[in-house]
Amino acid sequence: MSDALQSLPRFLPELILMGALAVVIVADLLTQRRPLKNSTDLLNGITLVGLLGALVTSWQALGAGEAQSLFASMLADDGLLGVFRPIFCLTSIVVLLLSMRSKELEGVRLGEMLALLLTVTAALMWMAGSVNLVMIYLSLETVSVASYLMVGYLSSDRLSNEASLKYILFGAVSTGAMLFGLSLLYGMTGTLDLYGVRAALAEGTFGPGLLFVLILVAAGIGFKIAAAPFHFWCPDVYTGAPTPVTAFLSVGPKAAGFAILIRFFYLGLAEPAGGGAIAPVGGADWQMLLMILAVITMTLGNVAALLQTNVKRLLAYSSIAHAGTMLMAACVLSVEGVQAIAAYLAIYLFMNLGAFAVVILAHRVTGSFEIGSYAGFWKRSPLLTVAMGIFLFSLMGIPPFAGFLAKWYVFAAVINAGLGWLAVIGVLNAAVAAFYYVKILRVMVIDEDAGPAPALAFSRLDLALLVLLVVPNILGLLFWGSLDRVTEYSQTLLELG
Amino acid sequence: MIPLEHYLYISAALFSLGVFGVLTRRNAVNVLMSIELIFNSANINLVAFSRFVEGALGGQVFALLVIVIAACEAAVALAIVMSLYRVMKNVNLDEAAELKG
Repeated sequence: MSDALQSLPRFLPELILMGALAVVIVADLLTQRRPLKNSTDLLNGITLVGLLGALVTSWQALGAGEAQSLFASMLADDGLLGVFRPIFCLTSIVVLLLSMRSKELEGVRLGEMLALLLTVTAALMWMAGSVNLVMIYLSLETVSVASYLMVGYLSSDRLSNEASLKYILFGAVSTGAMLFGLSLLYGMTGTLDLYGVRAALAEGTFGPGLLFVLILVAAGIGFKIAAAPFHFWCPDVYTGAPTPVTAFLSVGPKAAGFAILIRFFYLGLAEPAGGGAIAPVGGADWQMLLMILAVITMTLGNVAALLQTNVKRLLAYSSIAHAGTMLMAACVLSVEGVQAIAAYLAIYLFMNLGAFAVVILAHRVTGSFEIGSYAGFWKRSPLLTVAMGIFLFSLMGIPPFAGFLAKWYVFAAVINAGLGWLAVIGVLNAAVAAFYYVKILRVMVIDEDAGPAPALAFSRLDLALLVLLVVPNILGLLFWGSLDRVTEYSQTLLELG
Repeated sequence: MIPLEHYLYISAALFSLGVFGVLTRRNAVNVLMSIELIFNSANINLVAFSRFVEGALGGQVFALLVIVIAACEAAVALAIVMSLYRVMKNVNLDEAAELKG
């Protein structure tokens, strides 16, 4: 009991989110009965305040105090959780702003959507913090179930429903496989605690049996981060879901999936080997497993993206490719790889959500997600074209944009770990990726629109949103300072326990 | 007493049946039933290990939580299937293929 009470102050961002969730649900019920003139604004406002509160408290918590385990060693409040919390809050804030401007969600009651968004944000934090097999499974399923509902939110839209069904079937099978793997791991080690698992595995050699378990667990985590060959749901779900939800799925659960991956493999299946490095225990070569996943994921994502004509599908494959790049950093087996993943995700958030923001704003006027419909955008709206250019160049990893910094972190970590061949495959993939990103820009700038094309008008909110997303991409190099703070702090990850 | 291996054989068989069902069935409700088999195979493992490993009660708690979560997931999945039925007039997975490429 006293343990739980002592944990509460370290749990403040999640508590704020839960409070906002309760208020949103009640406010939604009340305004359903007696609608106000601006009840949507009221609900959006409450959600925004909750998310901002969580962002501020999680930013303050970053670097303050020692690492500590919470709630009877279910969660660990350490560097890794500290780094990921602000990422989740920022993602949800941007997604909330996007959903206000999305044409697909216009005229739809958003109360439940906002409640789901707050739930998922808190559950993402639990995922990043969990150090117990039960908690890993529980938080992962909380995120999944809420995301299934968000994907299928447009209940009269066939594509939204179909995407949701595909998502839940793939999701349930892969988390089911993961659960089977976790149950076998429990049998091998006799404990559910990740530190206990590590201690038990260090005492013996488990070989092929352990590898089988790891493949099953990789299916569950791979589903969350959309890594090949567990990615089949990804293009369909991204296309069918309302675009703000797609934007959320491409960043939030992916980031949390990486947090779980780091927790499970770096904490549960490896022991500190000095100097920030770790050494796998239990006699299963999971570094090779992750390297295979990274290479397949990068290559498949980039090659398939070349063939796409729908911009949401293209961004789906591009997000698969980015997951592959981050998986490369996960093969490094030292704290440097963890830092690279955290830095990559912090930058990826702004560039990928930025690209989705442009897609949503363009959809308001064109009503289409086909790349062909972007023809003549340079004349219709230079502003939107320039913004898209910045996001795409950043996604490509071209200096001076922030995406270059992200790729720099990953490749530096991979090369320092002596995995030169992996870095070469990564660079080749980055070259392939440039083709399809440039394709979008080419259509926007060079292709002529067939009909008469009126100039696009944007509201103040649109401009604010674009500025919010563009500035971090341009000022990536100035970002370096705060990123160093983030990455330095994540060193504490491997010191706990 | 029944040895541990027998529980593991049963759970492995259930798991395989579940995966087989997911891969071969074309009706969404049948697929959901197969998924339940996968979850329950893990539950058998958890409870069996908890019985045979000294001082490890966690597995039984885990199994209870899994039952709750599987129920949540089934509720959400059936709601989505109902909603899809309203727009599509059937729940055949082969026909839910408007999204592809």
